[in-house]
Amino acid sequence: MGAGMTLFRRRLLETGKELSFEAARQALESANLSAKDVRSVVMGTAPEAFDGVHMKGEYLLDGAGGANKPYTRVYVGGGTGVFVPIAAWWHVASGLFDTCLAVSEEKMSPVHPHPQYAFNGIFDYALERPLGVNLVWIFALEMRRYMHKYGITEEEIAQVAVKNKANALDHPCAQLGARITVDDVMKSEPMVWPVKRLDISPPSDGAAAVVLASEEAAKKITKDPVWIDGVGWSIDSTYWTDRELAYPQYLESAAKMAYRMAGIRNARKEVDVVEAYDPFDYKELHHLEGLQLARKGEAARLTTQGVTQRNGEMPVNPSGGLLGVGNPIAAAGTMKVCEIFWQLRGEAGRRQVKRDARTGVAQAWGDLMQFSSVLVARSG
Amino acid sequence: MNTLRDIAIVGVGYSGFSPHTRGLSFKELMFEAARRAYDDAGVDPRKDVGSFISCTEDLWEGNSIADEYMPDQVGAALRPMCTVTADGIQGLAMAFMQIETGLVDTVSVEAHSKLSDVLNRDDVLRFAFDPVFARGASRSPYFLAGLEMNRYLYESRNEREACAAVVVKNRGNALLNPRASYGERMSASKVLRSKTIAHPLKKQEVSQPTDGCVVLVLSSKASRRPRAPVWIEGIGWSSGTPWIQDADFAQAHYTRLSVEMACRMAGVDEPKVDLYELDDTFSYKELQHMEAVGLCARGEAGKMIQQGRTARDADLPVNPSGGSLGVGHLVEATGLHKVLEACLQLRGEAGRMQVNGAKKALAQSWRGLPTSSGAAVILGVR
Repeated sequence: MGAGMTLFRRRLLETGKELSFEAARQALESANLSAKDVRSVVMGTAPEAFDGVHMKGEYLLDGAGGANKPYTRVYVGGGTGVFVPIAAWWHVASGLFDTCLAVSEEKMSPVHPHPQYAFNGIFDYALERPLGVNLVWIFALEMRRYMHKYGITEEEIAQVAVKNKANALDHPCAQLGARITVDDVMKSEPMVWPVKRLDISPPSDGAAAVVLASEEAAKKITKDPVWIDGVGWSIDSTYWTDRELAYPQYLESAAKMAYRMAGIRNARKEVDVVEAYDPFDYKELHHLEGLQLARKGEAARLTTQGVTQRNGEMPVNPSGGLLGVGNPIAAAGTMKVCEIFWQLRGEAGRRQVKRDARTGVAQAWGDLMQFSSVLVARSG
Repeated sequence: MNTLRDIAIVGVGYSGFSPHTRGLSFKELMFEAARRAYDDAGVDPRKDVGSFISCTEDLWEGNSIADEYMPDQVGAALRPMCTVTADGIQGLAMAFMQIETGLVDTVSVEAHSKLSDVLNRDDVLRFAFDPVFARGASRSPYFLAGLEMNRYLYESRNEREACAAVVVKNRGNALLNPRASYGERMSASKVLRSKTIAHPLKKQEVSQPTDGCVVLVLSSKASRRPRAPVWIEGIGWSSGTPWIQDADFAQAHYTRLSVEMACRMAGVDEPKVDLYELDDTFSYKELQHMEAVGLCARGEAGKMIQQGRTARDADLPVNPSGGSLGVGHLVEATGLHKVLEACLQLRGEAGRMQVNGAKKALAQSWRGLPTSSGAAVILGVR
C-alpha cells in the first residue's frame, strides 16, 4: 500500500527508535493511513551488537508503532530486510490481520572503532573466531572462488559498482551516489584481496518500511496496489567451509519457491525489474545467477552488455543498491522492496526504468553466505 | 476474521531439562529434541516439513546473527528456515500463520535454553534495559521485578503470603515432573525467609535457570499422524510499551490482549479450559497472569491460591507441571515448555501429573524483564 524510508548515512543523530518511527510514518502517510489502521507490526533489525541492546526488537517496538499490538521481530541476518515484508505477508495472507506494517531499522554507527568489529561475533567461537576474521575476509574468499570458477575478472565485477553508484545519484536518500570509473575501483585501497574499497557498500544508519493490506482492505485504500505474488526463503548449512562458494544454491531454492508461487516459468523473460542484494559488487552477479536471471558465470557479460543498466533490457538495482544508497543491513533489504514498489507504481521519478515494469523481484542475502529471501511483486 | 484451516500440534519432542547439560552442545540438544518431535509426528524433516522456525536471541547464544547456527541439527539445511526473536509461543503463532496462508502444510518450531553456558545472565538481562534512561538505575535487573511486585500487590490488594503460596504449590507440583529440576516440598515461611533479591521479592520467588530444548511440529494434515492431534483453537500475542517508566505494574495488559485475540479466534468469550500453564518467572507473575487471562477478577488470585483452588487436583489447576519455578526458566523456550506440558496433559501422557479428563488448556508466556510482551494459546483435543 505504501513505502517510506529515511536518509541512509554513515552517522545519523536520530536514535534507532526515531529512525523506525520516521520510516513507518512515511510509509503510512504515502498510503493515507495512520497508526490506528495498523493491525499488526513486524520488525526487522540485524545483530544486537550494533545497538548494544539485548532483545532490541523490544527496545525498538514503540518507534515502529508496535505498542499494544501483535508485534514480532523476525531475524535472518542480512536477509532480514526482504524477509520482514515476507513475514508481514503471512500475517495478512493467513487471514488473521487486514493490515500489517513492516519496519526495518539499522543503526551501525554506535559501534567503535568501526561497525565491522561487531561482525567478529558472528563466527564460530571455537573454529573461526580465534583467527580474527571479519566479513570482508570471507567474502574475499567467495569472490575469489567465483572469479576462478567462471574466469571473471576484477574489472568486469567493478562495472557493477560503477553502475550502482551512478544510479544512486538519482536517489534522494543515497549515501554514496557517485560517477566513478572501473579504473577508480581498481585503484581504490585493497581491503582483503581481491576486495577493494569501492567494491564494498558502506556502513550506514537508516530505516525503511512498507505497509501491506489484504485484497479486501486494499480496495478501500488505493486504486493502484502492488501485489505480493511470490515469497521464498532458504537457508543452507552453517558449515560454509564445506560448500561450493561459486554458486548460491540456497538462493536457487528460495527463488524457485517464490517463482512457483508467482507462476513464473522463465524468470529471465518474465521479470522486468530486479533489486538484487549488492553489499559487494560481485554479489549482484552471484545473485543474478542464483535468481535464475543469468546462467552460471554469465551475469558479468550481461553487465558488460548493458542489459542491467537502468535503461537496459533487465534493469538491476535501479535504486543504486547497497553500493550506492547505503547498507544499513535490515533497512537496506527493505529499501529494495520499497524501490520495487515505487518502480511498479511508476513513482520512481528519475530512477524510473525505461521499460514498462509489471513484475519486480527483490532479494536479500545473509548469515554465513547461507541464506536468501526473495519477493516477487506485480503491479495491479 | 476469515475461516481458518484447522491446525494441530502433531508432534512434540524435548531434551535436556537440567541446570547443567555438560557434554552436550546446544546443537546436540536441538538435534535430540527435533528427532523426538519428528518421530512423534511420524514426519521426515527433509521431505514433509515445509518450513522451520527457531526462537532465539543473540545475546543468549553468545553469537551475533545466531540464526546462522540453527539449520543443520533440525534438518533445515537448504530449506525455508527463519529465526523469530521472541518467546516460543510467538514462534508458534508465526508457524500457525505460515500454514494458514496455504504456502506450507507442516512447520517445525524450536526454542532452547543453554543458560549453563551463560556466565553473566544478569548482565545480559541488564543489557535489555534502555541504555540511556534505565540501564544505569541498578546493577541488578531485578529491581524492576521488585518495583512491579510491590505496586501489583498494593493495587490488587493481594496478600504478600499469596506469592509465597505460588512457590510452595509449583515446586511441590514439580516433584512429580520428570523434567523438573527444582521440585521441593517447602513451606511458605521458608520462601519468605530467603534472601531478598529486590524488596519485596525473595530469592525463592525467582525461577532459576535450566537448560533444555523443545521442538513442536504443527500441521494442517493432522489426521494422518500417529498421535492424537492437539488442536490450536486460538492464539494471540501482544506487546506493551518498552518504557518501564510508563508500564502499568498492576495489570498484565499484554496477556489480556493476547488472550482476547486467542479467544476471538477460538470463537469464545473467555478461555474456559481444564488447566492453565501460566508464566511464573517470578511468584507474583502467576497471580498477575491469572487475573489477566480472566481466571479470576482482579485481586482474587491470591485468595484462590490460598484456598487451594489452583492445585493440580482442584477445579482450576494452574501450572500442574510445576511451571518455571519448579522446572526452571528456559528463556525463549519457556513458552514452548508450557505448550509441551499442556500437550502431554491433553494427550493423557502426563504420567503422575495427569489432570483427569483434561480436554482444553491455556498456555501463556511472558518474555521476561524488562519487556511487556507476551503470548497465549488455547489448545484442545477432540
